[in-house]
Amino acid sequence: MFSHIRTIWLTFLHLFKRHVTIQYPEEKIKLRPRWRGRIVLTKDPDGGERCVGCYLCAVACPVDCIALQATEDENGRRYPEFFRINFSRCIFCGYCEDACPTYAIQLIPDFEMAEYNRQNLVFEKEDLLINSQGKYPGYNFYKVAGMNAGVKEKGEGENEDAPVDIHSLMP
Amino acid sequence: MQHVWIVLGVLFVLLNIAAGLIWVERRMLAMWQDRLGPNRAGPLGILIVLADTLKLFFKEDWIPPFADKWVFIVAPAVVVGSVLMSFVIIPFTPQIIVSDLNVGILFFLAMSSLGVYSIVLGGWASNNKYSLLGAMRGASQMIAYEVFMGLSLMGVVMLTGSFKLGDIVNAQKDMWFVVKQPLGLILFFIAGIAETHRLPFDIPEAESELVAGYHSEYSGMKFGMFFIGEYLGITLISAVTVAMFFGGWLGWSFLPPWAWFFLKTFVFILFFILLRASLPRPRYDQLMETGWKILLPLALANLMITGAVALLVRG
Repeated sequence: MFSHIRTIWLTFLHLFKRHVTIQYPEEKIKLRPRWRGRIVLTKDPDGGERCVGCYLCAVACPVDCIALQATEDENGRRYPEFFRINFSRCIFCGYCEDACPTYAIQLIPDFEMAEYNRQNLVFEKEDLLINSQGKYPGYNFYKVAGMNAGVKEKGEGENEDAPVDIHSLMP
Repeated sequence: MQHVWIVLGVLFVLLNIAAGLIWVERRMLAMWQDRLGPNRAGPLGILIVLADTLKLFFKEDWIPPFADKWVFIVAPAVVVGSVLMSFVIIPFTPQIIVSDLNVGILFFLAMSSLGVYSIVLGGWASNNKYSLLGAMRGASQMIAYEVFMGLSLMGVVMLTGSFKLGDIVNAQKDMWFVVKQPLGLILFFIAGIAETHRLPFDIPEAESELVAGYHSEYSGMKFGMFFIGEYLGITLISAVTVAMFFGGWLGWSFLPPWAWFFLKTFVFILFFILLRASLPRPRYDQLMETGWKILLPLALANLMITGAVALLVRG
């Protein structure tokens, strides 16, 4: 009986406590930089696409919302011919970002992507590509990759030695 | 002619209070749960009442094909009708009272018991097992709590010597009956909560076990009638508590009598909502056990002691 009265009293005291409601459209919470929201495709410092079309994101995706087709340009540089994310399926788990070997696909702190038409939630490559390097500024995959894809000559990359002349006996 | 105006005025005020309580309840409940509640439509969100009512009007008024049609339709009207009838004897001020019957309290008890018909008929006519379970619980709860509800008020009647609510309020000029009958007040209030099926005693509805209890099958304005009936019931119990134990319209003269009455009633309405915010629902058998084994003997003891003291004092 006493505990009931105490409960009533304690509940009454909550009248004088601050409310926890955040009045969303006017007040917004601060989203952290690593908050997992809308998915974007970033570019390298030279403005080229980072995505190399390896399909690892599409494989990692638990809801199969990513579809892409890889292709190559005349220099042998791989890029996606199309890149499509169906955000009406996406669960924002971030596995694609984990899987991406070139830091191309990234999740950014933006969740306000409501649409009246479901079809508008299917984002094509031009909707996904942003003119930014995202969370990894300065990273350019083809600068550290061993191959020549029109970005640098073979053996001229960072942390890379010149190719060994296999016809020479000299060290 | 004046009677007609009083009746219409009381009806108008009551129905508006019942509708306004939608907003009051949701806002206050939110405050007590550290939320904000509806605050978008209109100033402080008060237009939620309008929105809710319009929504109820435009909802499909569905009568299930397996239901007993006429009983199903009549049941929601019974609860509102019986509660509104009880307001006949409530003295808002010495002048504003529809009819100061000399069986006042008995009339109130009779009418509030009639309200159980709406639950039983509604649950029965719905032809649905959950509704029927809710209706059964409602009926037995009402019978259990009706008994000592009447008995808890008899102490006040004994001290006044009248069933008339006007006389009872006037008898509290020197001292409110809450001082002389504290146990009566507590018992009456507990019975009142059970009578209006408010939380924590909303076992006939018990949405966690019985879908929505006796009004599971109801929609649209028929459900709205049950809703209004519940809020009117809260107002009724609060008004009767104020009139019986807290001096009704009596108060200092800087406020008019009706303002005192409404102020006091409002405090009790808020207490009803506070109870909803704080207490969990007891199990059904626990409720019945407390009713018959603890509260009824307490009410009888209160009655006996009050009678004995009244006899002693009068000599």
